[in-house]
Amino acid sequence: MIVTAIQFLKPDPSILNRRDDILSSLRAVLPDEAVVSDPVELRAFETDGFTAYRRLPLAVVLPSTTQEVAAVMEALSRQKVPVVPRGAGTSLCGGAIPQEDAVIVSLTRMSRILELDYPNRLARVEAGVTNLSISEAVSADGFFYAPDPSSQLACTIGGNIAMNSGGAHCLKYGVTTNNLLGVTMVLYDGTIIRLGEGELDAAGLDLLGLICGSEGQLGLVTEAIVRLIAKPAGAQPVLFGFSSSEKAGDCVADIIGAGIIPVAIEFMDREAIAICEAFAKAGYPLDAEALLIVEVEGSDKEMADQLGRIVEIARRHDVQTIKESQSATEAALIWKGRKSAFGATGRVADYICMDGTVPLSQLAFVLKETGAIVKRYGLRAANVFHAGDGNMHPLILYDVNDPAEREKAEQAGNDILRLCVDAGGCLTGEHGVGIEKRDLMTHQYNETDLDQMIDVRAAFDPVWILNPSKVFPLEGRGESDGGRAVAGTSDATMEAAQ
Amino acid sequence: MIPSDGTDQLIEPFDEAELAEIVRDAADNGRPLEIAGGGTRSFGRPVDALATVSTSGISGIVAYSPNEMVAAVRAGTPVSELQAALDDANQRFVFEPIDHRSLLGTEGEPTVGGMVAVNASGPRRFVAGACRDSLLGVRFVNGKGEIVKNGGRVMKNVTGLDLVKPMAGSFGTLGVLTEVTLKVQPKPETEATLIVRGLLDADAVAVLAHAMATPNDVTGAAHLPELVAGKVLDGALGSEQATLMRLEGFESSVNERAEKLKALFGKLGEIDQIDAPQSRRLWAQIRDVAPFADHPDRPVWRLSMRPSDAHEAVMALRMKAGASAFYDWQGGLAWVRMEGGNTMSGLVRKTVEANGGGHATLIRATESERRFAVPFQPQEKPLAILEYRIRKAFDPQGILNPGRMVA
Ligand SMILES: Cc1cc2nc3c(=O)[nH]c(=O)nc-3n(C[C@H](O)[C@H](O)[C@H](O)COP(=O)(O)OP(=O)(O)OC[C@H]3O[C@@H](n4cnc5c(N)ncnc54)[C@H](O)[C@@H]3O)c2cc1C
Repeated sequence: MIVTAIQFLKPDPSILNRRDDILSSLRAVLPDEAVVSDPVELRAFETDGFTAYRRLPLAVVLPSTTQEVAAVMEALSRQKVPVVPRGAGTSLCGGAIPQEDAVIVSLTRMSRILELDYPNRLARVEAGVTNLSISEAVSADGFFYAPDPSSQLACTIGGNIAMNSGGAHCLKYGVTTNNLLGVTMVLYDGTIIRLGEGELDAAGLDLLGLICGSEGQLGLVTEAIVRLIAKPAGAQPVLFGFSSSEKAGDCVADIIGAGIIPVAIEFMDREAIAICEAFAKAGYPLDAEALLIVEVEGSDKEMADQLGRIVEIARRHDVQTIKESQSATEAALIWKGRKSAFGATGRVADYICMDGTVPLSQLAFVLKETGAIVKRYGLRAANVFHAGDGNMHPLILYDVNDPAEREKAEQAGNDILRLCVDAGGCLTGEHGVGIEKRDLMTHQYNETDLDQMIDVRAAFDPVWILNPSKVFPLEGRGESDGGRAVAGTSDATMEAAQ
Repeated sequence: MIPSDGTDQLIEPFDEAELAEIVRDAADNGRPLEIAGGGTRSFGRPVDALATVSTSGISGIVAYSPNEMVAAVRAGTPVSELQAALDDANQRFVFEPIDHRSLLGTEGEPTVGGMVAVNASGPRRFVAGACRDSLLGVRFVNGKGEIVKNGGRVMKNVTGLDLVKPMAGSFGTLGVLTEVTLKVQPKPETEATLIVRGLLDADAVAVLAHAMATPNDVTGAAHLPELVAGKVLDGALGSEQATLMRLEGFESSVNERAEKLKALFGKLGEIDQIDAPQSRRLWAQIRDVAPFADHPDRPVWRLSMRPSDAHEAVMALRMKAGASAFYDWQGGLAWVRMEGGNTMSGLVRKTVEANGGGHATLIRATESERRFAVPFQPQEKPLAILEYRIRKAFDPQGILNPGRMVA
């Protein structure tokens, strides 16, 4: 057995045995075609963006309304059947991977935009709507929805809320939690709650803040009210090439320190530059050790002014290449290379994507150490990430068909994440804990810290049916998860090999 | 109720560990504690506790690195001390925290812990986020006397449940904050405020919404109705309605955007512009609700609604009860003073509900009114049950500021 293999909770045989009853209880509250139980069709749901692990769920349901979700949850909680909420399944930490005794509740059929309220700059949408389609719906009227994960074409707003997703432009506009005004949520037992009517701060305790980033463990979000922002007059990315990561890192710190807040500062190292350039032909400098894409917004004059200041700072750090986009096509090309970084990397090798965040002052140090760690394991990494907020994404390249190499890649990844925490940062800046980083949680938080979170989790879901294998280390849960972890675990990779 | 015969006890721990011990001891004895920072934000329900724990001894800036724009501060630190450190580095709070002293007639030094506990935010909140949005990490002592940390000092962090945000605005009912880490930002080079005169509430809110739909980065959007306008800047604006738009940034950019907005709204008449020093004073007064500082016997409500709804609610309140109001956050935040002297909480809540919903908080009222008028918006039953369970998860015995948020 592979030592790094991530454990899942052992399926509860009593649930597996009741499969037919469970299915009929679901068919009693949903149209037949909204209940998927055929093993071939279930395959489509066995994993997410963290493809190294997979499990077949007991069933998948595709509700169309909040009431249907509530009826499903009422039925499943009565039977104590685990539930894994699912949007587009693009999670990079295994957040949406099911388990054999769980029913997946997929929100993708709930993809309507319910209300566009421009005077109040908000949109009310169903949870299964894709991130990009919100911006598309309001673009002609001069607005956009700010958080822009690279996966925005596919990922859903429900998934974004569950992961508190970010994106390149979050440096200026914040991540999901800063752009969320309200949700409708179905609790574990089918109770429907509504938070926020579109005012800036919902009444009572800040439950919206708690729900954002809760990885499908507090309830199922079925509707959301999100903030819209007026589109800037213009936007312009500039590309800078440096002879070392240190110089690029120091340049980032100085830009921020000078009081200039660009909308985005993205970083790529030599490996990533080569991979993205080969794919996008964006004109990236292949001789640079590090590249920054800095985007500014405003009127032509404002952009010229800001860029002047930024170029001056870059010069102080011996910038080698400066490439200002002269047209919308050129700007799009510069971004194309960055936004397709994961896909382009996937074409040259299998990879796992890390997501630790470190204080800006530690960027250069952590990059260097990251290089040393992957080297120690005889591997390569490409670094492409949101530098303005210290959110790093080393992509560790390996061969998925070589179990030994995969194990090394996972170990290197774990070492890198520990490094991030030790440097004053955290395990994950935007991708979430899921199963991937679950067992590293004890490196960042002590037992009391974790128990406090677990107690809050239990306030929402006292029977622990919501996404129970995720986020909290299985060891140390004791009886707090209803004895699930104590009942045992199983090895996912062996299943996957079958 | 705290007896006035002197049995009220003030405890001032000098560090987090001692505080934890005090809370543990109180938990063991089921003895409620009132939590006090600077004691300047006396809204919410009065707390029934014989002992008050003050965080003022747990004080000091732990780490502030202007380059990273992050400050870690102990909860009892005076806001003014942190403010001074920020000033030295030419930085500021992103969320423009309200100082409640003039409105509530309280004295003393607001603390950073108190500021976070009430999620104190100001005019910039509607574009730059509330205190909770700048809050990166917390340390607190929960109702069991355990020291808990959550979040950290980096800008992006989704490691586990986000307990940082609910700590903001929980009024000391979930835990006693001991240390907070805040994101701060450089001060802009300059600012200016444009003033459109003579608009009725509905038109003013429409103008502000229009401004916000343009890419001009307005960072303050307020409307002072007739007479209220005379209560700021020592009356310099006169009493005619004033609709205010603030621009911040590099000087050339502020000027350019000011010209654009003037061109856009020129048909509404002469548009005045006030420069940085006056603009700063003006927004500080709006932030602190200065227009309603006088007549301290008259209750003040804070309505939080969709911007295009709030003025409808205000109109109804004016007709039915005699109320004065002004607006911040593009109209979404309405400060309402009940000129008749009664809180009229039933009417206020019904009016909010009937005009698109949102919530109303009773900010200024006598102690007995705050006890009986339910200062915070009551919640629907499923939500109230959920909140109750969450409170239990932090403070199983309900010993921290009992009753402050819900009776
Ligand atoms: C190529 C690629 C690029 C990416 N780039 C970024 C990036 O730039 N920034 C970033 O932050 N992330 C990024 N991601 C990660 C991923 O896209 C985000 O985490 C996204 O928010 C997941 O959305 P989803 O709809 O796919 O959710 P899923 O993967 O289906 O689910 C994610 C989690 O949310 C829960 N969930 C889903 N819907 C709901 C709901 N309605 N209610 C409650 N819980 C729910 C699930 O149980 C699961 O735990 C990227 C992923 C890929 C594959």
